[in-house]
Amino acid sequence: MSEEKFDVIIVGGGIAGSVTALLLARAGLEVVMIERGNYSGAKNMTGGRLYSHCFNGIIPDFAEIAPIERKVMHERVSMMTETSNFTFDYTSDRLAQPGKESYIVLRGIFDRWLAEQAEKAGAMAVNGILVENLIIRDGKVCGVIAGEEQMFADTVVLADGANSQLTTKAGLQRKPVTPHQIAIGAKELFELDEKKIEGRFNLAPGEGSAWLFAGWPSGGMTGGGFIYTNKASVSLGIVVTAAEFINARKSVNELLEQFKAHSAVKPLIEGSKLIEYSGHMVAEGGYGMLPRLYSDGVVAVGDAAHLVINAGYTVRGMDLAVGSAAAAAAAIISAKSRGDFSEKSLSMYKRLLDDSFVMRDMRRFRKYPRFMENRRIFNEYPEMADEIFAGVFVTDGAPQASMFSKIFKTAKKNGLRNLAKDCIKGVSTL
Amino acid sequence: MTEEEKLGVNKFHVDENFSHIEINKEACPEDIMTLVRACPAGLYKYNDGTLTHDCAGCFECGVCRILSAGKVVSRWEFPKGGKGIEYRFG
Ligand SMILES: Cc1cc2nc3c(=O)[nH]c(=O)nc-3n(C[C@H](O)[C@H](O)[C@H](O)COP(=O)(O)OP(=O)(O)OC[C@H]3O[C@@H](n4cnc5c(N)ncnc54)[C@H](O)[C@@H]3O)c2cc1C
Ligand code: SF4
Repeated sequence: MSEEKFDVIIVGGGIAGSVTALLLARAGLEVVMIERGNYSGAKNMTGGRLYSHCFNGIIPDFAEIAPIERKVMHERVSMMTETSNFTFDYTSDRLAQPGKESYIVLRGIFDRWLAEQAEKAGAMAVNGILVENLIIRDGKVCGVIAGEEQMFADTVVLADGANSQLTTKAGLQRKPVTPHQIAIGAKELFELDEKKIEGRFNLAPGEGSAWLFAGWPSGGMTGGGFIYTNKASVSLGIVVTAAEFINARKSVNELLEQFKAHSAVKPLIEGSKLIEYSGHMVAEGGYGMLPRLYSDGVVAVGDAAHLVINAGYTVRGMDLAVGSAAAAAAAIISAKSRGDFSEKSLSMYKRLLDDSFVMRDMRRFRKYPRFMENRRIFNEYPEMADEIFAGVFVTDGAPQASMFSKIFKTAKKNGLRNLAKDCIKGVSTL
Repeated sequence: MTEEEKLGVNKFHVDENFSHIEINKEACPEDIMTLVRACPAGLYKYNDGTLTHDCAGCFECGVCRILSAGKVVSRWEFPKGGKGIEYRFG
């Protein structure tokens, strides 16, 4: 295959890679997508929720044809301490508005389907091959090295995920990624009967619940826990900033075990069977830590470009992967029409991205990484919720104060100034 | 449940001929303990002052690379194409 030349080589067949491949193939470009797993999704894990708006205009009948697990109709957020849990649960028809709804997915299943869509459009998908290096000549990326093979292309798209080393080789990631810019995600998947899931999570058939936890699941460290309902299984996991483990008292597995053993969680997975245990890196540096997104002959999309929003205890990267793939594909199609794949020509990618929801939302949440370093959110506020509600609900015949005065008293103990400051900061980061 | 018990349910293609991660057994104990806690697969084991690490079971997440490149982790590569973890669900 020496000196064989494609229009575009895409490294990585995850969501970002497959959508780039799909759009380029549709436009008639000759595309090869190289995935190191034996199929797309074999190496990928996520929490669960995909905001489907990103597929509007790309796969218009997405809701009908995509292999989704459940449509999210319950949004739950909890503040958890070792011995208590306070949850709010929002459900509304508004969550189901066409084009605005969100779905829970399992990547081993979803990514395989998405790669098939790219193949149907004419892209060539090669699985089980690791791209080891880039071919760079006079500062321009002009191909990839995989095993004994060299393959050439006008543009190389790096869609190789958060753990990319190729973005460094391409000169896009100039400073080493630090443990503050990434989180560790670990997840357990429990097989459970569909009816039981719907009963335990209060769901209508086919509907799902997205549930996020602050406090105890991360052991008070920056991060949180999540539970997503799949069709016939439940995903349970944690995401914790990697740097936290430098001085942590607990291991990832100990955190998972204590989360599962909590009295608010245990009954949800009672009698289920563990069918997979997975781990993955989360990019969470935010807007201020983005690498360069393009250079001569190369662009980075999705997690490889660290396009992920960690807004509180929730992670959002899949729709940004799709959005960045769409911008990259449009820029490459335009570059092809000019026959110019220089840095200047590919800068159109950044412009399109800046105007899209991807960068609008990245900018909107730009202060979040710093805000989240504030320990009170993960420690004092769950404790405070516990105290307030214990005051409201625990009755022993002693004289009862009004609900308002209880809240005020508890808040005062925790420092009204801090609380006010955090509220203002929290709201202003939005 | 221990990590080992959990890994038992995963699908994994072991590569007998290639260790994709190489460790420095002489690394500083504090750095080692960070990885003992942070590796989601629990593959860094430190007992009686001796560090062991097994590539079989690895999620290829790269967390140990970011936390400890040049310290405990002396080389970190992906496994060869098609080898290593294979998520059926993900
Ligand atoms: C625990 C956890 C929870 C999350 N929860 C959510 C959520 O609820 N909602 C949400 O929107 N996002 C969530 N995210 C983030 C989301 O999963 C990512 O943003 C998304 O997977 C990014 O997709 P991607 O295609 O860019 O990268 P990836 O999915 O990582 O795909 C990269 C692909 O490249 C391949 N590859 C890598 N290197 C090479 C190479 N050298 N040669 C060949 N192939 C290669 C990999 O095998 C992989 O298939 C979560 C992440 C984690 C870890
Ligand atoms: S890559 Fe991840 S799973 Fe593998 S040894 Fe390192 S931290 Fe553990």
